[in-house]
Amino acid sequence: MTGLYREDSRSSGLSAFSVTLKRDLLVAFKRRNDLLNPLMFFFIVVSLFPIGITPERGDLAEIAVGVLWVCALLASLLSLDNLYRSDFEDGSLELLVLSPHSLYFMVLAKILSHWLVSGVPLVLLSPILGYMLALPIEAYPTMIVTLILGTPILSLLGSIGVALTVSLGSRGLILAMIILPMSVPVLIAGTLAVEQAVDGNPVGGHLAIMGAMLAMAITLAPLASVAALRISID
Amino acid sequence: MRPESVPASVPMLSARNLYCERDDRLLFQSLDFDLGEGQVLQVKGSNGSGKTTLLRILCGLHDNYQGAINWFGMPIQRQRDDFHGSLLYLGHRVGVNRVLSPMENLRWACQLQAPTTDGQISEALERLELRGFEDSPCHSLSAGQKQRVSLARLLINPAQLWVLDEPFTTLDVHGVAVLEDLLVQHVNRGGSVVVTTHHSLAVNSEIQYLNLDTQ
Repeated sequence: MTGLYREDSRSSGLSAFSVTLKRDLLVAFKRRNDLLNPLMFFFIVVSLFPIGITPERGDLAEIAVGVLWVCALLASLLSLDNLYRSDFEDGSLELLVLSPHSLYFMVLAKILSHWLVSGVPLVLLSPILGYMLALPIEAYPTMIVTLILGTPILSLLGSIGVALTVSLGSRGLILAMIILPMSVPVLIAGTLAVEQAVDGNPVGGHLAIMGAMLAMAITLAPLASVAALRISID
Repeated sequence: MRPESVPASVPMLSARNLYCERDDRLLFQSLDFDLGEGQVLQVKGSNGSGKTTLLRILCGLHDNYQGAINWFGMPIQRQRDDFHGSLLYLGHRVGVNRVLSPMENLRWACQLQAPTTDGQISEALERLELRGFEDSPCHSLSAGQKQRVSLARLLINPAQLWVLDEPFTTLDVHGVAVLEDLLVQHVNRGGSVVVTTHHSLAVNSEIQYLNLDTQ
């Protein structure tokens, strides 16, 4: 034997994590049109509210938080299918499952990449939309922090739903049925925190709850996704 | 590589009493085989006889079966990462992303297994006559070329056990010759192969046949 079977030189878990993250970011960059769709959706829907309901600043400010959060939720739902579908269809998912690394971290890398390309732009866009909806200026920091805490939770929860449905033919509605109920607590905590900030109350408690939700989602959602993926590729 | 604590009498890969049914149809039962270093197992059978299912079971992609599969005497479920580190699976779906180039696809697929340099990848692509296509997106490649991209993994990451599902289907004459060459090299180095194909294999070691139609 010529020492060809380089078990000693197997790649480390960390490098596998980073190549998976890099690859997913590259795929996202090459398909940037797909990425823009959810963002445009977010932007268009939010901008329709002042036109459709009322341009009165006082009335708009009351619904601003809720509108922002609901639209963020729907926009993230739109982009979720990119998470595993093409990998499932072309067989890359099998390579991932058969890699000698913990699937937990591989899934986490994919979710992180999804958040970077779908969640972060939402956060960056939110101040403009907040202004459009006449959100009081003192609520901006809280709104941004809740979105920073909340959008990764949406990606993590979404990963479970997509992993479960990736092998089904028509999955549009069933994906929403799985994910939306799980996302409701995030929606409630996010809107409550911003409403408190509008009223000038302390928001620490709400942010702490969202932080706890995020910690729980980071630890548990990849586990559930891994189990669901194993069932889906069966 | 055989772990030092495992005596030579223990086969590298062994299956005992495998039973699988799918959609209420029996695919195979009491299926046994042993595969040692440098051996080839060719799985035969008519369409729909469960060849792909058997290969996916051996890799650990499919869990719905009864029986035992051991890697150096230990169940594969109990040493998943070690087993997957020594395994290279090439299935029907080639694992080539259509928007990425062959280079980018292989960079990811190979580095998941072992550290790989770009030099190794372009060398492998050149041997598979994909020179000039390194940077074109894979959706512009033909089915045979995509198959070659995934074959490049055999050149770069020579794992100990190759599990190949119909690897010859979309290849042209030259591709078939390269793959046969690779198989001979692999077997001579002491590597093992489980393969489904209707092609008659030309390797200079004894080939075990497993016919699923009679199981």
